[in-house]
This record gives sequence, structure tokens and C-alpha cells, in this order.
Amino acid sequence: MALTLVDSGDHVAGLAAKAARAEVVAAYPITPQTAIVEIIAELVNSGRMKGEYICVESEHSAMAASIGASASGARTFTATSSHGLAYMHEMLHWASAARLPIVMVVVNRAIGPPWNVFADLSDSLSQRDTGWLQFYCASHQEIFDTIIQAYKICEDSRVLLPTMICFEGFVLSHTSMPFTIPDQQDMDSFLPHYKPGWKLDVDNPISHGTLASSDHYMELRYLLQEAMDSARELIPIVGKEYAERFGLPYHGGLLEEVSCDDAEIVVVTMGATGSEAKVAVRRLRDDGYRVGLARIRTFRPFPIEEVKRIGRKAKAFAVIDRAISPGVGGPLFTEVQSALCDLEVRPLTMNFIAGIGGRDITAKDIETMTMRASKCAEKGKVDQRLTWYGLKE
Amino acid sequence: MMITLKELPTEEYILPGNASCAGCSAALSIRLAVKALGKRTIFVVPACCTSVIQSLFPLTSMNIPVLNVAFASAGAAASGVTSGLRAQGIEDITVVAWAGDGGTVDIGIQALSGAAERRADFIYACYDNEAYGNTGMQRSGSTPLGAWTTTTPTGKREEKKNMPLIMAAHKIPYVATLSPSYPTDFVEKFQKAKAIRGTKYLHVLAPCPPGWRTDPAMSVELGRLAVQTGIWALFEIEKGIFSLSAPSKPLLEKSRRKPVRLYLEEQGRFRHLTEQDISQIQLNVDEAWEHYRKINQTKICP
Repeated sequence: MALTLVDSGDHVAGLAAKAARAEVVAAYPITPQTAIVEIIAELVNSGRMKGEYICVESEHSAMAASIGASASGARTFTATSSHGLAYMHEMLHWASAARLPIVMVVVNRAIGPPWNVFADLSDSLSQRDTGWLQFYCASHQEIFDTIIQAYKICEDSRVLLPTMICFEGFVLSHTSMPFTIPDQQDMDSFLPHYKPGWKLDVDNPISHGTLASSDHYMELRYLLQEAMDSARELIPIVGKEYAERFGLPYHGGLLEEVSCDDAEIVVVTMGATGSEAKVAVRRLRDDGYRVGLARIRTFRPFPIEEVKRIGRKAKAFAVIDRAISPGVGGPLFTEVQSALCDLEVRPLTMNFIAGIGGRDITAKDIETMTMRASKCAEKGKVDQRLTWYGLKE
Repeated sequence: MMITLKELPTEEYILPGNASCAGCSAALSIRLAVKALGKRTIFVVPACCTSVIQSLFPLTSMNIPVLNVAFASAGAAASGVTSGLRAQGIEDITVVAWAGDGGTVDIGIQALSGAAERRADFIYACYDNEAYGNTGMQRSGSTPLGAWTTTTPTGKREEKKNMPLIMAAHKIPYVATLSPSYPTDFVEKFQKAKAIRGTKYLHVLAPCPPGWRTDPAMSVELGRLAVQTGIWALFEIEKGIFSLSAPSKPLLEKSRRKPVRLYLEEQGRFRHLTEQDISQIQLNVDEAWEHYRKINQTKICP
């Protein structure tokens, strides 16, 4: 029977790992991810979740143990945040190049110094080249749905890549919202028992990850890119199947569009900022402005075609980044610009760096940013490419 | 249970034509270890000479499944394989983390220590050639006092880290030191480790002709000399109780030990040692044996 609960984003993630029947969880605690490892420890120790929980001594080992578990043929889950993710970096590359469909929740948090435990997407965005699929969620229901869908997508033989499910620390991890857990039997038929693409098998002994010279290395990396392209195809299909099957709102696709069809100004952002942006767009629409929202759900694979399609019709894009790549600008902004540059006629693009280190981003702030983009569209030129929104003197 | 050379399994799990150097005792150790453990064995290998010995993709010299992993991660990855198999109800496969000394005593010590503290059920085997051999012989925490390496061009000034005792301090059920020059002792220890639940730590001294500057034909003999001079003592620490193994036990009597000079003089890496240096190393070995006398057959980790 489906169950509707009210709980924190972290608990949603733990319950989704249970619902997906993850067989091995290897994790190390870090704020604001801790409630995930705690609920999973509770579920496993009380026997309500079947599986092995490995209390590793570091995040590097969390990912190493996940790699070992996944290679043995078990469905594997882990979660981390910020410095923990940075510490895993080497093993992130290893997991994707070993083609192991591990699912990991990343509770987005700023990186020190100075120490700061609050929302910031710099942690996961700086892992963009590791070969992991990256989803960004805007609500508790989306966290749950995306974790279940992620296993179905990344375990597909055409994909076999690990996946990060990202959501902002405290904004989502420590706030409560209602969400629905579909009936377990239905979920089991949607997401059947894991059949590994390859595994360590004593009856078929192979050496996995041994030395490969330049004769083969390039082709192996090409296959990884091909897998990302397969995921690009599969993500909307799996999202649609999930929504139809469980009668839940559609949380699928590479991006979520709100009122983009006739929009002159489009707000582009990710994560929970997308929820605030929906409010801002609705208010501005009520005031008669033709504005829309493109909330990027997957940073990898990046929705290149979708962004181009929306860009063809718009006059200006206001791209809000809760992260900064020093020396360039927002990581999302550079990706959006790169997608748009194929168009003969492009919208103007403005980048707003906002909310980093957990500073609040309100719908009112997003309205202000959107109106600035609207002014530029009227003038036909961008007066300031990069704006640190709300920067104190 | 004593076995004889004749009783060793005839199956071969490391195939001829592999990429190991002439006289490589790591390859010999793999051969003996997997013979002892049998077909239902999985190796987890971090960066080390064994990643080369497996040979180039898409070929492999290993006839058991091998998971290669990053340098620092052998203990954690092996612990993941173990948990993954158990989660699937598979209980009859032996998981072995097979790592060099750098990957064990230096960069890999955290993951190994964590796994041992968690009592993860696998064998951790360190084959110790006392330096970073794969990268051309740089010093490791396991390089002995006085040894030349490319980063200790005038000889190492510090002593070798005592990894077996560090592992014993984790209160794991089984720790042992091994030498492939004593194949029956070697095989017995692997078989004993296989039968014990929990983390088992096996430390193999592995002579390395290119790194030690020795004649490839001398590797087995050097391993014997290491034991006979007492510079490498063969022992077990079972449930905390230290006991010298058969080849080493008689050496408690000092007169039965050969002078360490015989071992050192065979190796180019010790060529620069002065008489004083050699005396110091002999003194250290004698001191170690005084200690072994005190702790033999006693519980050293209560």
C-alpha cells in the first residue's frame, strides 16, 4: 500500500535506499548528510532493511567499499557531502570507469575554509568530470522518486554508470515535507532485483581494471561517453513510466520547464532554488511579464538540446548559480552558454551568483534578478555578465 | 597440520608468460598463495607490481577474478567485496587484498586499519619488497635501516615500520609473517588464514632483484638467508598469542643464527654500508630476538 509521510529530506533519502532494496551501504557521517546514515543504520540494525551496512573510517573508503560491493554483484548505496565528496574524488573516477552503477546521495554543502555547513552546489559541481550522472532535486518527493529511478537508469546495460542524487543541505535535508512512498510490491516490479552488467565471478575469472595501454584506453573512455548518451535517452522514459505507474507527479526528464513556451525571459537554475523560482515566475506572470523557468535536473548528462530549444524562443536567460568556479563564473552558466552557442540567434545571458555558503535565496530575490534580465532584453545588450547578487560592501 | 611440497595442489592460477621481472618473488608468492586457497578466491589489488604482473588488457595472467583498485583503497574495497558477497548469501569465497608494502604500511594503512577494526572477513596479504618497486624503487615506511633506494641515496636513516605488530594491536584473530622460500610454512599459513573468520593479516618478505640489486637466480636463497640470519623472523600471532614458526624457532639460540652480514653482502642496496653500520644492524637483530624470547608463546595483545 502506498504511504504518505511527512519527514526530512535526509530521511526520505534513507527510506528510498530501503525501498530500492540496496543490499550494501558503506558510508561515513558528515553534516548535513548524517541523518541519512543514522536512519539506514537504524533500519538495518532493526532488521527492517535487509543488507550490509559498513561503517567505514573515511569517505575515500566509503567509495572504495561501494566499488568492492558493487563489483561483487550487490546493489549499493552511499551518501556524503562537501569535504567528504572531495575526499572521494579519486574513487569517483574509479567507480564510473569501472562501470559500476552505485547510487550516492550528495547533500550539497559549502567547502572550507572557512568552515560552513550550509547549502552550496560547489561540492558536486566540482565533480562534474568524474563520469557520474548528476541529478539535482527540488522537493522531497523528487528526492524519493529520483533515487528509485536512478537505479533503473544506471543499472541498464546501456548505461552502467554511477549516479549522484544532489539536494541542498538544510534547505531540503533538514526540513520536512509530505511525500508518498509507493507500494513496495509495485516498486519491486518497477525495479527488479539487480542483475549486474559484470561482476567478480570465480567461474568466469577476469582481471578488472588492469593495465591498458594507449591502444585501448581511448576506446574505453569513448564507451563511457556513449553510456552518458544512452542515459540521456533513458532518463525521460524511466521518469514517465514511474509517474504513470505510481500516479505521482512527473519527476523525470533532464530539465523541468515552467511557462517557457512563450517566455521572453527564462530563469535557469538547479535544486531547491528552482522551487523558489517557480513562485517568482508565477508572481511575475500575474503582473503580466512573459517569464519562464528552466530548472536543470541533470547536470550530467547536460540537457543541451532542451536548453537550445528554449533558447531559440527567448530574449534573455537569467542563470542563477549557487556555486562559483573562480576565474570563469557560475558552473551552470558556462554550460548553458556552451549549449546556446550553437544557435544562430541566441538569447542574451546573465549570470547571478547567489546563495552560496547557505545565504537565503527568496522568490523576491529571483524576481529582482529576472527583472534585471528583462531590462537587458529591452536594451538589447548585457551590461553586466556576472553579478554577485546581494554582495555586501 | 604439516604438509609437504609433494602435497601442494598442482593447479596453477598464475599463468606463465606474465610480465613479472626475472626472479620476482611476488609472482612466486601469488603462485603459492592461490594454490593454497584454491579456485574460489577473489583478489583485490591496489597499485603495486601485481597490477603489472597481471599483464596488459585485454590479457591477464591471473586465473581467478581480480578487482584492481586505487592505491589507498585495498582494505576498504576488499571489505566491500566481502559485504557484497555476504549480502547475496555467498559464503564460500575467500577474498584477499593483495598489496605491496607502500600500499599497506604507507598510503593504505588507514583503509586496512579501518577494515581490521570492523573485523571485515578477508585475508590481507602484504608482499613486502621494502620499497616502491613499481615506480623504480623509492623508499617506503617498510624500507629497512641503511638500505639504498632512489630517495635514500645515502641509505635510509630510519627503521622499518613493524606492520605485523601494528596489525596484532588491532586484536584481529590471525597475524603471520611468511617467506616464499619456505613454501610449506607459506601454504600452511594461507590455509590456516582461510579457515579463520575475521581479518587475517599475512606479511610476506619478497626479495626483489632489480630493487635490491641482486642476482635474479638468488631470490629464493635470499629469502632463506633473511630467515636464517634472523632479520626476517617467521611467526604467528593467533588470538593474540605470539609463537615463532618452525623455521625460525631454533634461532632463539643465538649460535644458530647466521651473521646478518651474509644477507646484507648479497645485495647491492647495502653495498655502501660501513662495518659500523653492519654492527648496528646485527645489534638491532639480536635485540629483536631477545624480545622474541620474552614474548614467544605469550599473549602479547591482551
